Amino acid sequence: MSPELGHFALALACAFAFAQTILPLIGAQRRDRRLMTMAPGLALGQVIALGASFLCLIDAAISDDFSVANILENSAVTKPLLYKITGVWGNHEGSILLWALILGLCGAAVAAFGRNLPAALRARVLAVLGGVAAGFELFCLTTSDPFDRVWPAPLDGQGMNPLLQDPGLAFHPPILYTGYVGFAVPFAFAIAALIEGRVDAAWGRWVRPWAVAAWAFLTCGIALGSWWSYYVLGWGGYWFWDPVENASLIPWLSGTALMHSAIVVEKREALKIWTVLLAIATFSFSLSGTFLVRSGILNSVHAFANDPARGIFILGLLGLVIGGSLALFAWRAPSLTAGGLFSPVSREGLLVLNNILLCSICAVVLTGTMYPPFMSLLFGKTISVGKPFFDAATIPLAIPLFAFMGFGPMLPWKRAQMWPVLRRLWIAALATLLAFAVATWSLSGVLPILCATGAVWVIATSATDIANRVALFRIPLGQSFNRARFLPRAAFGAALAHAGVGVSALGLAAMSQAQHKIVEVPVGQTESLAGYDWTLAGVKTEPGPNYTALVGTIEVRRNGHLVTVMHPSKRSFNAQNQTTTEVSIHTNGFSDLYGVIGDKHGDDAHPTYVLRLHYNPLAPWMWLGALIMAFGGALSLSDRRMRVGAPRRAPAPNAVAAE
Amino acid sequence: MKRKTRRLWLVIACVAGLGAAAGLTLSAFSSNIVFFMTPSQVAAKVPPADRTIRLGGMVVAGSVHRERHGETPVNSFEVTDGQAAVTVQFEGILPDLFREGQSVVAVGSMTPSGGFAASEVLAKHDETYMPKEVAEELQKSGKWDPKFGPPPNAASWNAMTAKDAKTSSRGS
Repeated sequence: MSPELGHFALALACAFAFAQTILPLIGAQRRDRRLMTMAPGLALGQVIALGASFLCLIDAAISDDFSVANILENSAVTKPLLYKITGVWGNHEGSILLWALILGLCGAAVAAFGRNLPAALRARVLAVLGGVAAGFELFCLTTSDPFDRVWPAPLDGQGMNPLLQDPGLAFHPPILYTGYVGFAVPFAFAIAALIEGRVDAAWGRWVRPWAVAAWAFLTCGIALGSWWSYYVLGWGGYWFWDPVENASLIPWLSGTALMHSAIVVEKREALKIWTVLLAIATFSFSLSGTFLVRSGILNSVHAFANDPARGIFILGLLGLVIGGSLALFAWRAPSLTAGGLFSPVSREGLLVLNNILLCSICAVVLTGTMYPPFMSLLFGKTISVGKPFFDAATIPLAIPLFAFMGFGPMLPWKRAQMWPVLRRLWIAALATLLAFAVATWSLSGVLPILCATGAVWVIATSATDIANRVALFRIPLGQSFNRARFLPRAAFGAALAHAGVGVSALGLAAMSQAQHKIVEVPVGQTESLAGYDWTLAGVKTEPGPNYTALVGTIEVRRNGHLVTVMHPSKRSFNAQNQTTTEVSIHTNGFSDLYGVIGDKHGDDAHPTYVLRLHYNPLAPWMWLGALIMAFGGALSLSDRRMRVGAPRRAPAPNAVAAE
Repeated sequence: MKRKTRRLWLVIACVAGLGAAAGLTLSAFSSNIVFFMTPSQVAAKVPPADRTIRLGGMVVAGSVHRERHGETPVNSFEVTDGQAAVTVQFEGILPDLFREGQSVVAVGSMTPSGGFAASEVLAKHDETYMPKEVAEELQKSGKWDPKFGPPPNAASWNAMTAKDAKTSSRGS
């Protein structure tokens, strides 16, 4: 029964979404207060219906209702409860429902927190969000119904790939999707601003928290995905420049640019048209990322051919959203007035540079991702580009970005002198020089050295920025502390986020020097790698609930002292005829020792085992940096100035003319 | 500063940024593009040894051998597209989903002796998954067309050795 209820609730949500699109738009156009005030209620109704629908699907998964095709294909009686729940969004249909639910939540959040928005703006923003939601709920209902029934219902489901039964992967999609979908709100604000023909400081103030929140979630989601591939796939790799990964990196890059250019709109009322365009672009990348790449339409022409209805619907919907918003942009953008003037050397100037560099990196990643499928579609040539391409093309652009990131936040607005700023940075410059010397001595390769140096520069300047603001060591410590207490949290947030970028970049640079060794050894043999002695002390076979595991014991010693004992294992799942690798990782915060056990070979009297040993310097820093970035974003969001006291909008002189 | 000067600065910065991006992309493309080839394409025209390619096809049943060179495990197996076969040498641990008779993609380059030295062997998470390049080549060579249903199951690939495939393709 509950699947039908879920289906009905989804249809109801779709109806609400359509109403949420049409009525407030008409209301805002006719200045009809009754129609405009319907938007929040409709948004709330939509999210309640979506929540009910989602709960029904979870209920069907928990109660093992294998008459539902989606549950049948992705679940089994023996699956642990956690994965029964998280498995709901582990497949195409369920993930689209989750996507719609998060979009609905964003709409409800705009309705709830947007009380101080002008009525017409709020109505239009909610209408745009409703329109996007309506499209995807319709897609869900017509082509990928998660509640489809099967008759007769089998006794057990087909189970889930054991590789995907992992806590990291279970929570990766909701976080990542919140990041993707969160950019729908800046997008909706951009469209609403284009319809109104008006972008001002207040608009920037409203958009920025949403961009920051979405960005923080996206950062966490990307880091979680990368961490998962590091500890589950067992190759010691953390980023493969796979189209699926790039699909999340592209909106992250343009979203980072958006977050920064929105500051300029808010403080200086400049870069308005550009910011609107970035908001549109970021959400378009998010949409194409999730739907084109994840559904495999772009990756393989077959997915398209196998299910033309789905492919055509998605392409049509993307065309409508992206094409429509760009057309609106082309039509209305010229009516937005240009903003304040500033000199190239000023905070605005540096934020423009930041945007140019981030967008250049974004363009490079986009080209590298799109070029192979286009070559294959247009010329029938199958090519691929991988890590060497992306490293060579993106790192040289990231290094100037690091350099400017350092002093950008310290420059005053409007016009600035370089010298006074640089003079305050001498400690940071000294630290950077030292880092350069250490990097040249310890790292090999030009790009890793530059990357590490840039990373130290970013961390050092972020610290200097805060030290300067609280006048550390220039006034008594107690007074500095007092100043720090009254410093806006956004200042701390920004410095932390920048330092986080530095920490990640340092991890990435050090990881280019990772060492590994693949050996085949009998029990008792010792291998040396990176100054450690790794001994295979023993191997045993252990039964698990639905697998048998080959568990190795590796003792790692340094200068004769035992550092750690690792237990990597290899699980063979009999039911699926599949094996998974359980990596053993020992970390001390500065480096990871990473051990993998492979197949058993040789006869039973003299067995040998394949081992894969990695020494990964600063590996945890890559994800730690991402967490720091996201935390910096959260700290900024908690700043009172972000939440309350948004500037009252001055009465519009040309509001009627723009209609 | 005048609006015009500011605009000029902006344009210069944008052109410099995007120009650098375009230049880097082109130079990286010229040296880092990896072409996909099937064993029959390799047989027809052997790529130079310094060129990295992706070799894709089915692992020939019964062709997987392992040796130890010192302590280094070396795997060798044959990859076929039903018309030709190439022997792949790979040092390291084969992926969990590597099976005889299933599709793989090996990244590496040709050796002077006509073999293929792989630096990476890819088999995907999903057992029903077939690398799209392999699927396309199978379609081109007439072994399987998605129009006529799902790909033949692993068991029948298992039976298809390079020799069988040669005779059958000659027969058809």
